Amino acid sequence: MSGSLDQQTVEDLLDRVPGPGEGRTLFDARHVRWVDPHGMLALLVAGVVTRDRQSALPRLEVPESTDVLGYLSRMGFFREAQGIFEFDDRVPRRSPGPSEVLLEITPIRANADVHEVVNRVQSRAGAILSSKLGYPPSAVVQFSVILSEVCQNVIEHADGPGWVAAQAYNWAQRIGRWVVVISVMDLGRGFRGSLAEEHAARYGDRWSDATALEAAFLHGLTRFPDSGRGQGIQQIRRQVQRWNGAITIRSGSARIGQVPEWDDTPPLADGLTAFPGAQIGIVLPAREGTPG
Amino acid sequence: MTDLPLDPIAIDVGNLLHRTVASLYSHLVTRPTGRAVRMAIETQLAELGERSLSLIDLSEVSVLDFSCADEVVAKLLQRYGPEEHTQAYFVFRGVREPHRDPIEVALRRQHLAAVAETAPGRFELLGERSEEEDRAWKILEERGLVTCEDISVLFPDGAQRRALDGLVDRRLVFTSPITGRYHALSRLVAHLM
Repeated sequence: MSGSLDQQTVEDLLDRVPGPGEGRTLFDARHVRWVDPHGMLALLVAGVVTRDRQSALPRLEVPESTDVLGYLSRMGFFREAQGIFEFDDRVPRRSPGPSEVLLEITPIRANADVHEVVNRVQSRAGAILSSKLGYPPSAVVQFSVILSEVCQNVIEHADGPGWVAAQAYNWAQRIGRWVVVISVMDLGRGFRGSLAEEHAARYGDRWSDATALEAAFLHGLTRFPDSGRGQGIQQIRRQVQRWNGAITIRSGSARIGQVPEWDDTPPLADGLTAFPGAQIGIVLPAREGTPG
Repeated sequence: MTDLPLDPIAIDVGNLLHRTVASLYSHLVTRPTGRAVRMAIETQLAELGERSLSLIDLSEVSVLDFSCADEVVAKLLQRYGPEEHTQAYFVFRGVREPHRDPIEVALRRQHLAAVAETAPGRFELLGERSEEEDRAWKILEERGLVTCEDISVLFPDGAQRRALDGLVDRRLVFTSPITGRYHALSRLVAHLM
């Protein structure tokens, strides 16, 4: 693994997950110097896929950096990694972290988990969103709604377990501002699998991971016939755009995104290495002129 | 003598959420939560007879997501739509700025509109409506009550009168079956606020 495990580098990690029949895998994170929620969740989902393909726990060499180790611990990474990786159990115990921890890694399995996520961020997000990002006080509600909808996507469409995590960072080098990074990943059936029964026939030969993502992301299609459904992702996109943020969804072998001028991620990528489930990344930048 | 065969009731959604769904949670999020709250409201409405006016109070709800707005607002209105024999009228109270977007989106998606208190004492028509309907609703809302004699003065052309009658059909305005007078829903629930 490279020194940085974040939204820009996780695709390399997901692309390199070994196939069935390969020998026991080592995830070598010793030289990781920087990790964000996307990196942490990608490591977990990559570990689960590897474990299931090889019927054995892959080995995780934990980062040498005590800062990174401490941060992973605070975010609850090692708690979730139990049963996914074999790793040195002398990792630091969870300790009170800096206030920028918005949401520790939280498993999403049922609707009660979504309530828990909303409850947690309600008590923490307000101060961070206003002081670091310069958002108005009401933004904490819109932020909670984003989390609620994106987590419900895991339960209602993925039909499989997932995780969510969020954190605020100073992206001084990238865009010169603070950002909040939200990551949601699951190992369910992905957008193509979710929509196939209802919509694949209409697309004929064009049906693919990319067209399924376009259908859900751009047109609000859902597997449910109820016309009130399909609003979640549409409205997340709208709110992220209002805040000049970025959202990307990778599912199967494709990735779609809505990216502002400060992000050079292509809006659609196809032909990636197929990976189960869906991986959603959201980056919300500070308003210009907000003191960090 | 009153011309109002209505006995408006208030339904506190925050309280309903605690009592019927999850005592630990105070947010109206996730579709199953919204569905459970809507069904609890419907249970209360079933006891009210064929004509009812309910003040659905969202004041104690801090977070309302799009799924719950669809279940608690749009699907509730759909359930008691104009084609239903039961005449159910609704006013949504405590619709603060962060609630507004999910409610507007849910209503427009289903081509619905609703009367909502968006600030203390301030009522608005949210959701899908024509310019004529909006204008007609505002005239009535300003006056609270319009008698048959006032109609030709306040709504001089046919399009305006049709818009007003359209609002009656959509259950956004109440017209008395006794006197034919038009009532703004906000005034009919004023004593509950």
